[in-house]
Order: sequence, then structure tokens, then C-alpha cells
Amino acid sequence: MLGEGIIQGLVETARNFFGSYVEKDRLTTVQYPEERHTLPEASRVFPILLYDGDDAAKGLRCVACQICEKECPPRCIHIEKSKDKKPDFVGKQQFYPAVFDIDVAVCMSCQICVEVCPFDAIRMDKVYELSTSDRFGGLLWTKEQLSKPNEYYQKIHPMEAAETDERRVKELAEAQAKAAAAAAKAAQTASPAPGDASGNGASAAAKPATAVHE
Amino acid sequence: MTLPFLILAIMTLAGGVAAMTMRRLVHCALALVVSFAGLSALYLNLGAEFAGLAQLLVYVGAIAILIVFAILLTRGGEGEPEGAFSPAGIVGAVVALAVFAVLAWAVETSGVARAGVTVAAPQITMREIGFALMQRYVLPLEVIALMLTAAMIGAVILALREKRNDSAGDSGAAQKQGLRA
Amino acid sequence: MISPGAVDQVFVTLKDWIVFHTPAPLQTLVSIVIEVATIIVVFAALFALATVFERKGLGRMQNRYGPNRVGPFGVFQPIADAVKSLTKEDVVPRAADHVVHYLAPLVLVGVVFLTYAVLPVGRNMTAVNLDAGVLYFFAVGAATELAIFMAGWSSHNKYSLLGAMRAIAQMVSYEIPLILSSVAVIMIAGTLSTVKIVELQARYSNGLAHWYVFTPWGLAGFILFMIAATAETNRSPFDLPEGESEIISGYFIEYSGFKFALFFLAEYLEMFAVSGLGITLFLGGWSSPVSFLAWIPSWLWFFGKLLALLFAFIWVRGTVPRLRMDQLMNFAWKFMLPMTLVTILSAGIWHFLTVAVVGPKPLGGVIRWLVCALVIFVPYITLARVLERGRRIEKRVYRFAE
Ligand code: SF4
Ligand code: SF4
Repeated sequence: MLGEGIIQGLVETARNFFGSYVEKDRLTTVQYPEERHTLPEASRVFPILLYDGDDAAKGLRCVACQICEKECPPRCIHIEKSKDKKPDFVGKQQFYPAVFDIDVAVCMSCQICVEVCPFDAIRMDKVYELSTSDRFGGLLWTKEQLSKPNEYYQKIHPMEAAETDERRVKELAEAQAKAAAAAAKAAQTASPAPGDASGNGASAAAKPATAVHE
Repeated sequence: MTLPFLILAIMTLAGGVAAMTMRRLVHCALALVVSFAGLSALYLNLGAEFAGLAQLLVYVGAIAILIVFAILLTRGGEGEPEGAFSPAGIVGAVVALAVFAVLAWAVETSGVARAGVTVAAPQITMREIGFALMQRYVLPLEVIALMLTAAMIGAVILALREKRNDSAGDSGAAQKQGLRA
Repeated sequence: MISPGAVDQVFVTLKDWIVFHTPAPLQTLVSIVIEVATIIVVFAALFALATVFERKGLGRMQNRYGPNRVGPFGVFQPIADAVKSLTKEDVVPRAADHVVHYLAPLVLVGVVFLTYAVLPVGRNMTAVNLDAGVLYFFAVGAATELAIFMAGWSSHNKYSLLGAMRAIAQMVSYEIPLILSSVAVIMIAGTLSTVKIVELQARYSNGLAHWYVFTPWGLAGFILFMIAATAETNRSPFDLPEGESEIISGYFIEYSGFKFALFFLAEYLEMFAVSGLGITLFLGGWSSPVSFLAWIPSWLWFFGKLLALLFAFIWVRGTVPRLRMDQLMNFAWKFMLPMTLVTILSAGIWHFLTVAVVGPKPLGGVIRWLVCALVIFVPYITLARVLERGRRIEKRVYRFAE
């Protein structure tokens, strides 16, 4: 009959109206500053640089290979390689970034930098409340701002972090085994004068598995 | 002559004058509305409630809209204004004078003018007007209604025929003309 | 102890007291100023309230919260809105007709406020008791169309002109059912005075008021009246003149800042005014439906009913999608107009089925009621059948939206 559909519709909206006061599930809105969605683990915002241990300058994983700088589609990463070198987690001497800037105003959160980094040095953060009143300086993040400890990464992306850590432990073990083998060979050929490098490797091997490098 | 009457009269006259002298047709129509509204306010001022409100309803509510629609739907009405002594102006003046003469004659011969200055306005209620329209004047009312209906149907038929001609008759010619244009 | 009557008349007494204490030559002026100022202030405040109610109500109907940030439960939202609209830049298009463009919102709001003069908002609370009150309401209300045309034309914008044309076509079409549905009431009441119509309805028999909505023709007339009123005030589902999706807000697209707010205000005021007229004609104005609740002040009844109708407006807006232009016109001329004529017929039959014809009260009343209901219901069914003939109405299936 004419008008029936309208009445059905009115009943439906009335049910919504009263239901929204009773059932919280109906309301899809989140009252943002007070309530927040829990973000899924794979959510990502902007990149961070990871370091091992307590000292950001010493433990920074990035070796300034500049792959990410070249791969970044909008070109928002700026890296300047250091002149000197420092040992990485397996003890190999590597460069490190003297300057590592990301312009987050340009970054599009594509995660390509993470995918291409061979050193597990760059990862995506989850912090999204980043508004600033300074649109140039405030959105150009320097190495110091970007550096985050590995524990932080373990906290925000536990599954990914576990996988990375496992791989790195394995790499370390392999490197140590190689170093040990090399050392043994060296000891065989020239029994006196054990090298500095093998000593370094041995001390690293004694460390616990998770805290990979000091 | 009271102050409200003076204000309303000036408003009505100014509206009329503006309707004649303004350049854009829509402005003229709006000025005409002012004059209509002033007229209805004059009726109300005289205590003729029904006449005043009917004037407002019909003229401001309907006729004005009609005029405005007519202006918008017929293009090319915005030509140079003609002088007061052009043929159209003279015809207009004659019509206006004739209307004025008829109205003046009616007022002069009616009882109001003859009986002196002040006749107490009769207190006519809406009820009485209704009864008069439905009983004493029901035949004229119906005749007018019939006439208006006939006029409306005629207008619709006129509009319809034009359409049929367009589609059935010389569409080819129309097309050619369109091309030439 | 204050008597209910005193509470009922408190505003009237207050006004009389103020007028009494002003010097004699100013008394008329003061009385007028008080009435006008009260109407403006009260209904403007109601407008503020209505905007926040509307947004919250619509939100809840769509399972959202609606505004709830400004003040407790968002009740101060209108203040924020007012500050925003007052501080915005007033942009006038260069090609616009400046004078007309400027006048349009003022004329609109002014005209709408004028209609309030005849609304009885309480016992002895009518600004002007006109003998032809209902006629006055419609006559003055008709001028809103002109204001809308002024707004649409003066903006020199295709969309606003289209919007104005749509609005006027719609308002002209729906004015007929609006007036015709009130004709039934006028016929039965035998008067055009709003005050008298309410007084006629404020009588009680068996504890029940003589509201016209309790009669079959009154009920049908009320529903038709409210539908036509929705269209008259350009509210959803009849809000084609504003159609954001096709003509981006229609006739007030070129208005900004305070002038835009005035259009908004006028729209809501129109809604209150026409609801107020509906209350006056069908819902017994300021009277209570049952005699034992008559101690509640009359103005509370009026505003309570107004809020209830406001909620109905919001409810409908939250439910029904916008019509198409042809649907709108078909509905007006093929459904609304015949139905209003049928209600008039039914009211006429009601008038002649007196006690002498149908017999004494309880049974006779029921017979009268049923006969008049039938006179409306049968044409309704027939009309519905005819209109739905040849049309398959089925549930729409959306390929990608399920
Ligand atoms: S997330 Fe994408 S855009 Fe951002 S720095 Fe990495 S590669 Fe560049
Ligand atoms: S973050 Fe990774 S890819 Fe980028 S420079 Fe450092 S090590 Fe290379």
C-alpha cells in the first residue's frame, strides 16, 4: 500500500535513534582524543632508524649505503656518508650516516625504504599525532629525532621484530663461526701473534642472543 | 490624511514610478511588487481585511511570480527603453487615463462621495463575505471560475499545438534554419 | 500557592504590567515593541536549539554522536556556529545585482517573521488577532517565494537561478494542497481567525478535547498539511531546491557569512511557523488533549507540540531520500491535490451527519466517524492502486554495496 515503505523506513530510523543510546556497538564513531582505535600491528606512518644498545650514535644500524635514498619514490631522504668508519654488530668496519634527514612533509609512508634496506636499519613507526606549528623545520626530521632503540621496535611491531632479531642472531652466529674458523686457520699457519679482529669477534660471541651488539 | 496613509501612498506611487522607469525588466517587476504590497497595505489601512490580504496573496504571491517567470522565460526583453512619446507610450498613457476616468467616475457616483466626508466603514466580517460569495453572488463567481478554467485549458492547448507542429511538420526546415543560424 | 491560571498568564500579566507603567502616549508603541521583540527572541532561540537538535537527532538516526564538543552535550554548538558565521567574510559576486542581492535575505526573514503575528502561542498570547488570520498567514507566506526569486536571480549564477526556479515551482505547487487541507478546518470551524479556531478546539467532552486531528478528515488533513508544509519549507525529502549533489545548494549558493545564516534562519523559522499553523489548525493550538492536563500552562503545550513536530521533521529528514523533480510534481498534482479535495468532501459529510441524522451520541458518533473515514480511505486505496499500476516496486539490489 502507498506509504507503507515510508513507515518501515521511519521505524528503522527510530530504532537507530533509540538504539544508539542503548547499544554502544551501534556507534561507529570513536571519540578521538579520549578513545582511540587500537592500531593493527602492520600499521605504519613514518620511518625511524633503529639502533642497538643504549647509545644511538654508536649502535645505529644504518651504514649509509644510500639505497633507501635512491629508492624513495618522492626523494624525501637525504643522507651524507661519514668520513670515518665504526664497527657494526658483527664487528665489521662500516660507514655511518653523518646526516640522515627525512622530510616527513614529503614522505608518503610507502615503506619502500624499509623493504630495500639490507641492514634492517630503517623501520616504520606508528606515531601519528605529529602536527607542528613549524612547517619547515618541524617536519624535517634529523638523525637524532629518527633514532629509536630496537626495544621500541620490538614493542610496536612485535612479530616483525622477532623475525628480524632471529635473522640477525643467525647472521651474527655465522659471522662468529667464520671468524672463529679464520682465527683457527690463522693460529695454525702462524701460531704466535693472534689478531685483534679475532679477539673482537670472540668477545661479541659471548653476548646474549637478543642484545646483539654493544 | 494620516501618516500611515501618507507613507503607504508614497510607497505605492514610488513603486509604480520605479516600475515604469527602471532599465532592467526584473527590477521593474520587483518595483511593481512594492507597489502591489503598498496597495494591499492601503486596503488593510482602510479596514478592508479580506481585500487587502487577497491582494497580497494574489498579486504578490502569484501575479508577481508569474511576471517574473514570464520575463525569465522570454529572452530579448531588455531592449532600449522607449521614450514617453513613442507609440507604445502614448497607448499606455491613453489606457491609464481611461482607467483613471472610470475609477474616478465610479467613486464620484458612489454613495461615499455624495454623503459627505465620513461614512462609518461597515464592519464586514469574513463570514459575511463568504456568505455573499456563496449565496448572492454564486452565479457570477461560478461564471468567472468557468471562464478562467476555459482560459487555462486554452493556454495549455495552444502550448501543446506548437509542440506538435515542431516535431511533425517542417522539422527539416527548422533544422536548416538552425544550421543557417 | 500560585494558581495554574496565573502561571498560564504570567507573560501576559508581565506585559500588561510593563505597559501600565509606561507613559500613556508610548503605551501602544511599547506594547508592540514587546510583542515583536518577544517573538524574535523566542523563535530565534528556538532556531538555535533546533539546529543542534537536528544535528544530534540526525546523527543518532545514522548511529553517530552528532555535535558533542562545545559545552555539555554540545548544547553551545549554535553559539560557535553564530560566531563563525558572523566573523566570516561576506562575499558578494562581482556580477551580482548588489541591491537585490542584499535585500533578498532581509525580505525573506522579515516576511517569515511577519507570519508569526497571527500564531496563538498560548491563551491570550496572539500578537494580532485578525479576523482573517489564516488568510493573512498564507498571504504573507506567499511573499517568501519572491524573496527566494530575488536571491536566485540577483546572484547571477546558473545554479542559484535553477535553484530558485525549482523552489518557486515547488512552493507554488504545494501551496495548493497546503491551503486546501486547511480549508477543511476553516469550513468546520466557520472562521478564519486563528484564535477562534483554537478556542473551538479547546472544549472538552468526556475529558477529550475537540481537536480536529481526532476526526478522520482532520487526521488526513493534518498528514496532508504536514507533507505540504515539508515541501513548502523545502525540507528533505522535498529539498530539491538545495540539491547539493546537482545544483550545489541552489538559490543561496552565492551567499556567505551572515547572509547565509539568515537564509538558514528563515528556513527554520518557516518550518516553525508552518508547524505552528498546523498545531493551531489541527492539534488544538495551546490546549491540552485531555481535560485533566489542562493545568499545564498553555504556552508549554504549544511549544511542546512544536518540538514534537520539529522532531517529526528531523525524523523524516533522517529517513527519506530526496525526490526527483518529476516525482515531486506528480506527487503534488496526482496525489496531494485529489486527497485534499477528498478531505474537504469528508469534512462536509461530517458537518451534515449531525445527531439528527446518525442518532444519539455513542453509537451515532462512531457511525459518523466510520462513514467519514471511509470517504477518505476508499479514494486513498483507489488512488494508490491507480498510481502504482504498471509499476513494479521491488527491492533494489546493489551489486557492489552489499
Ligand atoms: S616510506 Fe616511502 S616515501 Fe617515506 S621515506 Fe620511505 S621510501 Fe621514502
Ligand atoms: S637506512 Fe638502510 S638502506 Fe638506508 S642508508 Fe641506511 S643502511 Fe642503507
